[in-house]
Amino acid sequence: MTSTEATEPLSRARRRPVEPLLPEGEARASANVCQAAGCLSMQSDLVFEALRERVVAAGLGDVAVRRVGCLGLCAAGPLVEVPERGRLFDHVHADDQAAMDALVATLAGGEPGGRETSKEPFFSHQVKVVLERCGRVDPERVEDYLATGGYQALTQAVATMSPEEVITEVARSGLRGRGGAGYPTGLKWATVAKATSAEGKYVVCNADEGDPGAFMDRSVLESCPQQVLEGMAIAGYAVGAHNAYVYVRAEYPLAVKRLNSAIRQAEREGLLGSRVAGTDFEFHVEVRIGAGAFVCGEETALLASIQGERGTPRPRPPYPASRGLWGRPTLINNVETFANVPAIVQRGGDWYSSIGSAKSKGTKVFALAGAVVNTGLIEVPMGLTLRQIVFDIGGGLAGGKNFKAVQTGGPSGGCLPEALLDMPIDYESLAQAGSHMGSGGMIVMDEATCMVDVAKFFMDFCREESCGKCVPCRAGTVQVHRLLEKITRGRGTREDLALLEDLAGMMRSMSLCGLGQGAPNPVFSTLRYFRDEYLAHVDDHVCPAGACEMDGGDR
Amino acid sequence: MRRLGHRPDGLIEVLHTVQELFGYLDEDALGYVSRSLGVPPSKVFGVATFYSHFMLKPQGLHTCVVCTGTACYINGARSLLAKLDEELGLKAGGTTPDGQLSLLQARCLGACSMAPAIVVDGQVHGRVTPGTVLALLEHL
Repeated sequence: MTSTEATEPLSRARRRPVEPLLPEGEARASANVCQAAGCLSMQSDLVFEALRERVVAAGLGDVAVRRVGCLGLCAAGPLVEVPERGRLFDHVHADDQAAMDALVATLAGGEPGGRETSKEPFFSHQVKVVLERCGRVDPERVEDYLATGGYQALTQAVATMSPEEVITEVARSGLRGRGGAGYPTGLKWATVAKATSAEGKYVVCNADEGDPGAFMDRSVLESCPQQVLEGMAIAGYAVGAHNAYVYVRAEYPLAVKRLNSAIRQAEREGLLGSRVAGTDFEFHVEVRIGAGAFVCGEETALLASIQGERGTPRPRPPYPASRGLWGRPTLINNVETFANVPAIVQRGGDWYSSIGSAKSKGTKVFALAGAVVNTGLIEVPMGLTLRQIVFDIGGGLAGGKNFKAVQTGGPSGGCLPEALLDMPIDYESLAQAGSHMGSGGMIVMDEATCMVDVAKFFMDFCREESCGKCVPCRAGTVQVHRLLEKITRGRGTREDLALLEDLAGMMRSMSLCGLGQGAPNPVFSTLRYFRDEYLAHVDDHVCPAGACEMDGGDR
Repeated sequence: MRRLGHRPDGLIEVLHTVQELFGYLDEDALGYVSRSLGVPPSKVFGVATFYSHFMLKPQGLHTCVVCTGTACYINGARSLLAKLDEELGLKAGGTTPDGQLSLLQARCLGACSMAPAIVVDGQVHGRVTPGTVLALLEHL
């Protein structure tokens, strides 16, 4: 990564005006204005302010105007939802008088007019557990979270359940790590709970969402940070840890800001801190900010980074569950994993395991992006097919183009072709197809995308992000990238293809951590499903998609 | 530093703060951090160069970050970079001769649904085209 320094302040979002407009008592109607990254990039902060002014001017005293987190359908942003009337307004701009008029009229209870987004089919098939409160609560008001039943699970756990009971419930739910590997969460918790340490244990939330094309964790942290904190506190109670860190990428300044404010507010409410929910359980959370290193998403590298070191991985075992932060037992889970926990504790593991497929329980949040009509944030039960996601929820390909592939799992995932569209999405099926769940980025590619070029893109990424500790990854990524460069310039040979497969196999089996082991996956999966594209580059010196410049190059 | 209790493990946090205050990390600053935290200069320099977020050179007055994450890449981030190079002679990692504008690229801003995205002085803009990118930079 070259840098992202300037992503720093989402400046206007930071200059918060005043409290949201909330009426005395129950609101008759409310306007939820999305303030997550997607809509903010379309200036939805100005929409919020403009709408407030309009509502005040119209004298609507019993109407609430709220800033909320992600409403999901980012493609049509800025979005404003009026839940009481079941209406979602898209492309609402602050200076669009017609849109504002329609909104005010709807809030006032008049005949709905103006432009409206159909909620179908984008919202069909979706089941919301993690995103249950996204778009319903103001991410910067703990009161909103409490009003929707927030922290009831934590209170229930610390007051009425033993740590073992909590772990049993999580194990029964069948929840598996949502960071990508899919390790059973209950088992991990039980391991950390069993580990003994006189100096204490730690809980760490991995929010170093580095996969390009993935923005689930960002959206959850920006939309409902309290839910993640509650999940962490429950985990702390279950495993016997009193201190916790959330490790967030530096590229997500808004998430950092909302998380910090959420921690302060929860402490003020006595829901985090030295006496959680009035009991003797103590739980302190601190935020640690990354500094632009993809490898820090690997758990041992992440721990090194929290300790102020270079983020390089180390061999496992020992696993962090026995020797983690400062050598003490440490539980590391991903943002989405923690966000699932409150609902599991509250509604029971059996309820959770009733959602999903045989081996992959519950729901999964995906960030749907690329050449699809409805880009955005979705949450679906495990076992849905790729076709349902791309064509029903995603609305098919943008611009009437033809589908070519869907990429899942980021730089260590794979590209799946049309023939696999009816495959159910779960950990096992994806792995079998040569990709993996990853954290949940899903990028749809159309016929104009060259698959060799895509493989090169990911290899370039891994080459730059390789930490350099082990040779197979440090040197392998460079060599494989060189070969791909040669092929995309029309200078490759059949021998190069064979060498490519050899080298990639070596990297997979010999690298130290997931970055190097997974780096060849895009190469393998594109070779497996799109070999003819490679052959066209090599034998005929043409790029079928027309994306590569076959200039011959210097090599 | 005081807030972090001069603990060596606060190194990354301290470097963040220094960079926020001065815009980049020069040798003097790194030396000072090293002495204050009791961390060897080699380690401070090692950490500062390991993480791409830390800048060892001064940056332009304004910054433009072009996202080159997967979604932005396939939706035309390359053509944005080409346009900036063509019109301003600006390559990723470079700064204009008058010190007005630095161009950086990011691996993913998480604004994939609005790809391709750029960030100009902290403000994210979605669905940027080669035609609109210059207009966004002009009024700086």
